[in-house]
Amino acid sequence: MTEFGAQFLEWSILFAYGAMIVSFALTVYRLLRGPTPADRVVALDMLALLGIGFIGLFSISTGEYAFLDVAIALALVGFLATVAFARYVYQSALNEHHKQPPADTGDEP
Amino acid sequence: MIDLVAGIIILIGAVFSLVAGIGLYRLPDIFVRMHAATKAGTLGAGLVLLAIAVDSQDIGVVTRAIAGFGFLLLTAPVAAHLLGRAAYLSRAELWSQTSIDELAGKYDADGRRLAGTPENSLQSATREDSNPG
Repeated sequence: MTEFGAQFLEWSILFAYGAMIVSFALTVYRLLRGPTPADRVVALDMLALLGIGFIGLFSISTGEYAFLDVAIALALVGFLATVAFARYVYQSALNEHHKQPPADTGDEP
Repeated sequence: MIDLVAGIIILIGAVFSLVAGIGLYRLPDIFVRMHAATKAGTLGAGLVLLAIAVDSQDIGVVTRAIAGFGFLLLTAPVAAHLLGRAAYLSRAELWSQTSIDELAGKYDADGRRLAGTPENSLQSATREDSNPG
């Protein structure tokens, strides 16, 4: 039973690696192709998630659970990056619209 | 037995990751694509973390893995909401078969605030928050 369990875990890790590589390729396609900047940001977010998945699989298959910390740090950085990119998309949309009339910021006296 | 459970969780997570990738590739517009990436993608990565928690049998690792999963579940909707709002305001193209756009016409022309909100309520807030101190 344990023999079969270990074998099954090994095969499912292998399958998961394959599935994630396919998903990675499709995501990179969207990253390169994406018509709008927001599409690329979604693809980057997905790449961070896939990186977490890869690190998790690696940490199970080697039994080296210290890599879990790397995955959590990657999740943090990925979230902050997505928020920053969303803000960038938002601001550039505003600037795009304000380009025609000169922007009166009201900051200067 | 534990190996079996961990293997099954990994398989489910892998399938979710694959579905997210296919969705990101095939779906027609950005809002629909975000739906694939944020929900299926988060669950795919999170289930792998859950499999680590099941497999390790070490209380420190279990705690960190479950904390990581919870963190993913908490942050994914926030990031998706911000990104969707930014994409809508930058006039990302909707799918030709979109049946309803409830926000259409609700935003002022400059896209900064919902029509009907007081003139300077949000503007003063953003101004304060753009130069702190």
